[in-house]
Amino acid sequence: MDWNITAGRPVYVQLVEQMELALVNGTFPPGSKIPPVRELAADAGVNPNTMQRALQELENRGLLQAQRTAGRTVTADADALQALRRKRAVSLAAEFLYQMQALGLDRAETEELLRQTAEGGDRDE
Amino acid sequence: MNENVIYEAQDLHKRYGSRVALNGVSFAVTTGKLVGLLGPNGSGKTTLLKISAGLLTANGGCVLIDGQEPGVYTKSITSYLPDRMALPTEMRAADAVDLYADFYTDFDAAKARAMLADLHIEARNRIGAMSKGTQEKMQLCLTMSRSARLYLLDEPLGGVDPAARDYILQTILRNYHEDAALVLSTHLIGDIERALDEVIFLQEGSVLRQVGVDALREETGHSVDEYFREVYKC
Repeated sequence: MDWNITAGRPVYVQLVEQMELALVNGTFPPGSKIPPVRELAADAGVNPNTMQRALQELENRGLLQAQRTAGRTVTADADALQALRRKRAVSLAAEFLYQMQALGLDRAETEELLRQTAEGGDRDE
Repeated sequence: MNENVIYEAQDLHKRYGSRVALNGVSFAVTTGKLVGLLGPNGSGKTTLLKISAGLLTANGGCVLIDGQEPGVYTKSITSYLPDRMALPTEMRAADAVDLYADFYTDFDAAKARAMLADLHIEARNRIGAMSKGTQEKMQLCLTMSRSARLYLLDEPLGGVDPAARDYILQTILRNYHEDAALVLSTHLIGDIERALDEVIFLQEGSVLRQVGVDALREETGHSVDEYFREVYKC
């Protein structure tokens, strides 16, 4: 998967976010085994302890499950993954609306813009 | 997590004539940690690592590796990468691998050969004919192919191109053991900070600060690289 660790924010927070995305978009399907910590860490170019901390966080939230002998698996709980997807979508939507307001678009204009963009046209330009 | 101290310095002092290189350095590194040793030129990084590798003696204080001062035992468990080329230039790559295999019982020659192949360094290539960056890669492969308890790398990435840097970083991350620790000095902080647990900032021969990478990012909202530039602004 594509990792993108940027400056300024704790690495582990970014790993949690990017792992969440991989869980909801099916990079790691429900119930499947995820690669070992060391593999994931090397892949992301991050410290294994930091990756461990991120996976622990996801485990505490029930999104990953530790298997006694064989690493971790993605939860098979579709509701939990749906809730996560919803949470991420809500926060992206809120961010988008905030940015549109900052540009001075009102609600009707924003809705219209979304509809146009989704239909693939941008008639204003 | 294992909190055993594998490497520590206690009030370490070193002078070169009248010039003070280390002025009371103290820190402790626990097993399983990857630690960056950061500081401007002349802050004492190389001196500290040389004392730890047993190549220089301190004027005061001590370094302890697995509880012992540098000597035969600590050298047997410490894999040190010097800041300059230390292999005989008339040797071929394959000879250097044999040399390490003879010297170090914890050396994995198969691993070294695999790494050299990945980096396109041919066994028959003569070290003296390699570019500076290739020599550095060669030496780093040998250093990382030992199964040591402590790795001390003095500026391992300086002359290495960005693509090889990524490979080397991944190699380090895949290969270092949980019961080992790795300390490296570098100026390429931005390239490497996400791979580190902690950083130790040196300034004029003293430890300015030892802090976790994420703790520092959380506290300052800056990367370690940005923080470094701020602290050591000229």
